[in-house]
Amino acid sequence: MAYDTNTVEASPAPPDAGTALVEVRDLGVEFVSRESTTCAVNGVSFSLAPGEVLCIIGESGSGKSVTMRALMKLHPPKYTRISGYMRVGDHEVSACSEREMRSIRGSQISMIFQEPMTSLDPVYRIGDQIAETVIRHKKCSRAEGYARALELLKLVGVPSPERRLNAYPHELSGGLRQRAMIAVALSCSPTLLLADEPTTALDATVQIQVLVLLRRLQQELGMAVIFVTHDLSVAAQIADKVAVMYAGRIVEYGPVAKVLQHSAHPYTKGMLASTVSGHMRGQAIEAIPGSPPDMRVRMEGCSFAPRCKSVMPACRQGTPPLLTVSHGHEAACLNFA
Amino acid sequence: MKPMAETDFANPLPINTEDPGGRQQPMLLVQSLQKHFPIKSGILQRQTGAVRAVDDISFSVLKGETLGIVGESGCGKSTLARLLMHLIIADSGTLVFDGDPVSEMRGISLRDLRKNMQMVFQDSYFSLNPRLPVRNSIAYGPIVHGMGKIEAQRLANDLLNRVGLNSEIFGARYPHELSGAQKQRVNIARALALTPRVLILDEAVSALDKSVEAQVLNLLNELKRDFNLTYLFISHDLNVVQYISDRVLVMYLGQIVEIGPVEEIYNKPRHPYTRALLHSRLSMNPADRVNEPPIGGDPPNPINPPSGCRFRTRCVFAEGVCESMQPKLDNVAGDRHLAACHMTNPSSGHSKATS
Amino acid sequence: MSVASLSDFTAAPAKDKLPPVRGYWASVGNRLRYDYLTLFFLSVIAIIVLLAIFAPFIAPFDPTKSSMAYRLKAPGFRNFILGTDELGRDMLSRLLWGGRTSLLMGIVPVCLATLIGGALGVTAGFIGGRTNTLIMRTMDVIFAFPSVLLAVAISGTLGGGAKNGMLALTLVFIPSICRVAESATTQVRALDFVEAARASGGSTVSIIRTHILGNVLGPVFIFASSLISVSILLGSGLSFLGLGVEPPTPDWGLMLSTLRAGIYTQPLLCALPGAAIFITSLSFNLVSDGLRQAMDVKS
Repeated sequence: MAYDTNTVEASPAPPDAGTALVEVRDLGVEFVSRESTTCAVNGVSFSLAPGEVLCIIGESGSGKSVTMRALMKLHPPKYTRISGYMRVGDHEVSACSEREMRSIRGSQISMIFQEPMTSLDPVYRIGDQIAETVIRHKKCSRAEGYARALELLKLVGVPSPERRLNAYPHELSGGLRQRAMIAVALSCSPTLLLADEPTTALDATVQIQVLVLLRRLQQELGMAVIFVTHDLSVAAQIADKVAVMYAGRIVEYGPVAKVLQHSAHPYTKGMLASTVSGHMRGQAIEAIPGSPPDMRVRMEGCSFAPRCKSVMPACRQGTPPLLTVSHGHEAACLNFA
Repeated sequence: MKPMAETDFANPLPINTEDPGGRQQPMLLVQSLQKHFPIKSGILQRQTGAVRAVDDISFSVLKGETLGIVGESGCGKSTLARLLMHLIIADSGTLVFDGDPVSEMRGISLRDLRKNMQMVFQDSYFSLNPRLPVRNSIAYGPIVHGMGKIEAQRLANDLLNRVGLNSEIFGARYPHELSGAQKQRVNIARALALTPRVLILDEAVSALDKSVEAQVLNLLNELKRDFNLTYLFISHDLNVVQYISDRVLVMYLGQIVEIGPVEEIYNKPRHPYTRALLHSRLSMNPADRVNEPPIGGDPPNPINPPSGCRFRTRCVFAEGVCESMQPKLDNVAGDRHLAACHMTNPSSGHSKATS
Repeated sequence: MSVASLSDFTAAPAKDKLPPVRGYWASVGNRLRYDYLTLFFLSVIAIIVLLAIFAPFIAPFDPTKSSMAYRLKAPGFRNFILGTDELGRDMLSRLLWGGRTSLLMGIVPVCLATLIGGALGVTAGFIGGRTNTLIMRTMDVIFAFPSVLLAVAISGTLGGGAKNGMLALTLVFIPSICRVAESATTQVRALDFVEAARASGGSTVSIIRTHILGNVLGPVFIFASSLISVSILLGSGLSFLGLGVEPPTPDWGLMLSTLRAGIYTQPLLCALPGAAIFITSLSFNLVSDGLRQAMDVKS
């Protein structure tokens, strides 16, 4: 089973690379400390069309959040080495200065988090925070800013929005806080929304409300969304495309239905098999053995090989490139070579 | 793959020292348990209100079963676990452990209760002492109960091996050197160190990644069989609860809204809240997307819960009677399935009431 | 069906390339090893301490032997490398001997206060409730006075002397250390592993010893080390005001005070004890900062 290891470096450029809103080629992120170097992201490439929803699925330490934060340049430059090419709209993010990034953040690209209190300022009223962002980026008047704030709170489905404009973040319930954070993120009509597990900390009945809201907003506003999650069923609810990450690499990529219903990579298959559902009662679950690799150690070959049940000798020799499974559906597994 | 052993209620074993109360005696009997946390304010620290964390809860746990407890944040499920462990002292109510009332003159002492009932916490940075090697964390309980240090270390090693961690490699490690699943295995080993009969698992797998969550669930099933354990499994994940539980208890704002065998709860839920919870589960099939959330709003604040039925503010079937009268937890099908809803009580006066 | 076996983790992983397994204090030590600034000032402190300890052997003259003939001589005068003071005593010898008293004034009160304040703080934090209120409000009363004023007031009441000075400084430091210990304990007390220890039936004393102290010691230690420089300064201040060490015992603060007379004739002499106080206090402060950085990082 011979293949060219060089293809790893130059992943096939997607056909619509020119018209894509987001283009990431061969992104690498390394965290450097005195004791070790952690290779958190290792040659990730993807592109995203305007108005498309990409879900990056992965477990803790897979590099999913790191990838997204790199796109926003949120990593402390002192301890981070970023390589590769990133473009969002007309901005080549990988070449942007911190000053340029500040003007892009919040206007072109917005971000929402798992914990709303990380992005909402506890000492300002909700209305002030939204209006502030609008005024800063759009250079409009105060009245216009507040009108926009009210409009946004209505848009994200906050009940009695006039009253909530004057509320402080801690006065809101978890679900409302999440909605308020989404309102702040949408205040300057971004073309790209980055969502870092925004529903993970929410209760089931609230999570579904937020997911439905996000999908509605995405369609109405025509935003592109990159949604990071560890939960396959959340991806099933919201994604157009899915990228499954493992140990800093994309191991499977494709339309959501193909990846979740006809998954190709053994890791994706294992994740699906080990997701518990009621009808498995009384049976042992088919768990993936072992634990994810330590990213401080550089590893030869496919990083999933030690846990993979269909491992071959060739798997341990070089990193498998993304190989086409069917049209638009790729998996980094030698079983498809 | 052999199915898990069902609890055999028909054939009681002869009385032995390991099971003094006998097979029929419930492992735990909880009666009218209540805990309100006072809210004090002002310079004089006068009480201005109370968080009704657990409000008049009664249920029983049978020997060898797994009782799943589900509910959203603020429903009081974690407070309930801590009340059972007596980590928080209840305002009122009684706890009977295998026929012996806890901390009463002739009952079981708190010390003995804690030997027999242990708790596994959610995996977090602080679920294990960051300054102790994990082996010492496991050995702590036995040493407190009078075991020699060397013997306790040996026991800790055995337990580490039992939960799938090589004691020679992992015994001397510190918590920050372990992954989440490995830490959770240590947490389980720590809870088993006093050879308890009941394990309270408070969100024990919730913080874990899916691929390792399955490993820990398999381990829990195996340990339950091998050590003859009874589980109280607290979780917000309905799929996991359905997988592991024999009976399920649904809590809302400090009260039980429904309790019954797992098949009944999942196939024939009677309380509108249980139904909403079940409908909030997400499908794995992208063609099967939810477009309308089953219920709106957040769970209300337990400081000032709504009058009457506490769920009425989010319930689509709410009527006048729901506001004026609190529904009782009552049989709906047989004597094992109970729900607290006026619609299941024909004499309640609710327009949709059926028998 | 391949079900995850229980021995998933039993195979020895390739650990050789990873940072080795370390305990907390070992990893703190390792981080310090690369902190050259802290290491430098740590060695400065070591030298000062060694000089003070071996002062009887190093000092060229008797620090209390005065000579009217050689008063206020500039450094380098005959055999007096650093000159002589207003009573003609050898400055170098006095500085070396003075280091002993000044370091004692710096370290002893902090150690005593850490023991007493730490014990009070941990007790207040762990038991909580009324005990906490009683201890902490008492501390607040002491804390309400400015520390210099309080030290002056106490040693003024008790009378001068090195022992009373140290006692005064100890009392001054107890409330702040108690506060740090209390807040650290309150934080740790609510954590899951302490709950688990309680659930295992551990007694208060055993839980404090096994689970609380190890986690509280760090912050208390950092804070206490930052107090050493304050203590040296305050101790010198007391001596300067005549409330600490009594003449003729050499002490940096006292020297500063008595040399005032010669400030116009030999300004350099006057600066020497000041420089000693400055360097020692600065070194302790920077080492304490380095310790904080090495100890604060999680895992």
